[in-house]
Amino acid sequence: MTLSIGLDLTSADAVEESLRIFGARYLERVYTERERRDCRSDTGRLAARFAAKEAAMKALRREDEPIPWTSIGVCADGAGRPSLELTGPAAALARRRGVSELSVSLTHEGPFAAAVVVASLRETT
Amino acid sequence: MTGAMRIEIRRVLRDHARLPVDVDSLRDDADLFQLGMTSHASVNVMLALEDAFDIEFPDQMLKRSVFESVDGIARALDELESRAA
Repeated sequence: MTLSIGLDLTSADAVEESLRIFGARYLERVYTERERRDCRSDTGRLAARFAAKEAAMKALRREDEPIPWTSIGVCADGAGRPSLELTGPAAALARRRGVSELSVSLTHEGPFAAAVVVASLRETT
Repeated sequence: MTGAMRIEIRRVLRDHARLPVDVDSLRDDADLFQLGMTSHASVNVMLALEDAFDIEFPDQMLKRSVFESVDGIARALDELESRAA
């Protein structure tokens, strides 16, 4: 069993620019329906979720596999604790890596948002 | 891939990749991520390429090698064009 960590920093200003230029198309290509509902146009929260997707790809040791951003989603329980939901290609990559646990932590403050993902891996391929 | 298309790819990179270097000076095989393009900027590049070339990148093309260089983007656009033909 190996612990694998992924970290990412995303600019809320960059998210704001993407929203201004590409609008709904940007949101639909990057964020899950639940993320769009939870964040609406809050660029700090969106940036934190984008950071979580990238941190997850690092923790899963993605190489050149095609992973749509929407196949990694952040959910929050009633107490506001975040977790990751993997679907499609991201879930398949996690299976190949033998992921038994996946934890995420998010933060955003002013123009910056960051996320850390820790995965327990039993790498099989 | 025509010269005009490569010029258009470079225009998209200039407008959206947020690179700290002069896009016109880049080699076609230069690694854009190593030069400072963030993964978030690559989303803008993808969406702007879709607008510029009237295409949509399918999920199977959403990988690093497609967006890491002018050559990678050109190969992907060629493949999409041949699929549409």
